[in-house]
Amino acid sequence: MNSVTSNQSNASLEPSLPRRNTRARFWKTFLDQRYLYLMSAPFALMVLVFNYVPIWGWIMAFQKYRIGKPFWAQEWVGFQQFVLLFQDDRFYNALWNTLAMSCMGLVVGFTIPIVFALLLNELSNGVFKRFVQTVSYLPHFVSWVVVAGIVYKMLSTDDGAINQLLQFFGQQPVQFMAKNEYFWGIVTVSDLWKELGWNTIIYLAAMTAIDTEQYDAARVDGADRWQLMWHITLPGISRVIMVLLVLAIGHLIAIGFEKQLLLGNPMVKDASQVLDLYALNYGLGANNFSFGTAISVINSVVGVILLFGTNAFFKWRTGESVL
Amino acid sequence: MKINPVKINPVKTKKPFDFFYAFNVVLLTLVLIVTLYPFLNVLAIAFNNSDDTVRGGITVFPRVLTLENFRTIFAFSNIPQAFLISVLRTVSGTFLSVAACSMVAFVLSRRDFQGRAFLSRFLAITLFISGGLIPGFLLMRDLHLMNTFLVYIIPGMVNAFNIFMIRSYIDGLPYELQESAKIDGANDFTIYWRVILPLCAPVLATVALFVAVGQWNSWFDTYLYNGSNQSLSTLQFELMKILQSTQIGRDAAYGNDIAKQMQQISPDSIKMAITIVTITPILVVYPFLQRYFVKGMTLGSVKG
Repeated sequence: MNSVTSNQSNASLEPSLPRRNTRARFWKTFLDQRYLYLMSAPFALMVLVFNYVPIWGWIMAFQKYRIGKPFWAQEWVGFQQFVLLFQDDRFYNALWNTLAMSCMGLVVGFTIPIVFALLLNELSNGVFKRFVQTVSYLPHFVSWVVVAGIVYKMLSTDDGAINQLLQFFGQQPVQFMAKNEYFWGIVTVSDLWKELGWNTIIYLAAMTAIDTEQYDAARVDGADRWQLMWHITLPGISRVIMVLLVLAIGHLIAIGFEKQLLLGNPMVKDASQVLDLYALNYGLGANNFSFGTAISVINSVVGVILLFGTNAFFKWRTGESVL
Repeated sequence: MKINPVKINPVKTKKPFDFFYAFNVVLLTLVLIVTLYPFLNVLAIAFNNSDDTVRGGITVFPRVLTLENFRTIFAFSNIPQAFLISVLRTVSGTFLSVAACSMVAFVLSRRDFQGRAFLSRFLAITLFISGGLIPGFLLMRDLHLMNTFLVYIIPGMVNAFNIFMIRSYIDGLPYELQESAKIDGANDFTIYWRVILPLCAPVLATVALFVAVGQWNSWFDTYLYNGSNQSLSTLQFELMKILQSTQIGRDAAYGNDIAKQMQQISPDSIKMAITIVTITPILVVYPFLQRYFVKGMTLGSVKG
C-alpha cells in the first residue's frame, strides 16, 4: 500500500490527482521530470524513425515509385498496384505456400512440443532429464543459416544421413532438396527440430505450478498414469495452451521468409515462394518498390486482422484477453 | 513464502517392470540422438582430412584427424575479418540495446510520469504492425545507413518486447524503493542507476542473452544493406554465401573461387569448419546462461 503522506507530496511518485489542467502545471511537472524525459525521448524518437516512418512509407503502395525522385513528386496511381497484385498468379501461389507451410507448422509445431513436455514431465528428476532438456534447447540458439546447412548436409544424396538410412533399408536415395513435393515437409520438420525443446519450456513451467496434492489425491483414488495426465496435467496447462494457440493463429500469415530463402533453391521455387519472399524477389529484386510494398501492406493488414480477430473470438468465448 | 512439503517416502514395494517408463526413456533417447547427431556429424567432418571426407562414410568420429580445414579458412578467406565484425556487433549491439531498453522500461514503470500512457501505447503498436521490407530498405538508404556498421546496431536497438519484459520485472519490485530514494534526494537517473538497475540483473541477463543471440545469428541485414561491402561482412553471411554457392543449382562461382584459393579442399570440409566456428561461441556461453533463459521465458509468459 502507498504510505506516502501529504507532507511528503513533493517527493511522491504517485500520479497527481487531476486538478485544473493548466498548461503551467504541465510544464512544471515536465521540468520536475526532466530526467525521465531525457531518458525516454531519444529512444522514442528512434522508434518513431525506425518503426513508424516505414509504416508511413506504405503510401508508396499507392504510387508508382521511381528511384531518384522525391516522395512528393511520385506519380499517384491509386489502387493500381493492388489490382496488378490480385491479377498475378504468383501472388496466389505465394499465398497458398504461405498458408500451407504455416498451417503445417501450426499443427506439428503446436502438438508435438506438448507431447514432448508431457513425456519429459513423466521422467523422474535426474541427470537424464536435465541432459535431454539441455540438448533439446540447443538448436534454438543456432542460426537458420547453420540449420539450413545442416539440413542440406543430412538430406544430401552424397553421404547424407537420411539417404544412408534409406539405402541401409534397401531404398533408393532421394533428391530431397530438388523436389517441390518435399519442400513444405522439410521446412516443417526443420522448424520442429530447431524449436521442439525450446517450445516445451513454457509448458514445463506451467506443469511445475500444478499443485502436487492434486496428483496425490487422484492417486489415492486409484487413477493411473494416463488419467493423471489427462485429468490433471493437461487441464493444468490448458490456459497456457490456449494463449499460445491464439498467438500462433494470429501469426499464421506472418511467417517471414528466412527458412524458405535459406532452405529453398531454384529447383523448388514453386513451393518455397512465400509472401515475404515474393515481396523480396519481385519488389526489391526487380526495383518494383511500390508493388513490393503493396504485398507487405496486405501481409501486415491481414496479419493484424487475424491476430485481433482470434483474440476477440477467444475473449468472446472465455472472457479473457490474450493480448 | 513457499514451504517445501515434507516428503514422505512411500514404502518401497517391489514394482513390476514399468513398461511405459522404459518406452519413454527410449523415445527421449531417440529425440536426443536426432538432435545431437547432425552436430556431431558436422564436427567430425570439420576435423577430418578433406581428401578422406570425399570418400564418404564419416559419421560421428573423424577418421583422419586434422586441423587443416580450420587453418585454411583462417588463412585464405574473409572469415577472420567477418568473425571480428560479428563479435563487435554482438558486444556493442547488446550493450546499447540493454542500456536503452532498461532506461525506457524504468521510465514506463514510473506511475507519476506524465507521458506514460502515451509512451506505452506508442511502443505497443510496434509489436503488431511493421512497415515491411521495402519501406525499411528505402529508409536505411535515405538515412545513409547502407554500407555502415551502424545499420547493425541502431535500427533494432529500442525493442518494445524487451522493454515490456524489463518493465514487468521492475513492476514486481517494491515501488517504495523508488519513493524512499526520491525522499533522500536522489534524482531520477540516480534512482535508475543506483537502485533499479542492480536489482534487475536477472531480467537484464535474459534480455542480453536474447539480443546477443539475435545479433550473432543475424545475416539478413548484412545481405540487404552491406552485401557489397566485404569489410563489413559477418560470419553468418559468409557462411550463408558459401552454403548457397555450392548447393544444387546455385551459381557456383563463389564456391569455386574460394575452393581454388583454399588449395582444393572440398567445399564440404570448408562449410563444416565454418559452421563449427559459427556455433562455437554459442556453445561456450550456453551452459552458463541456461538458468537465465529458462527463468526469462517463464517470466515473459506469466506476465504476458
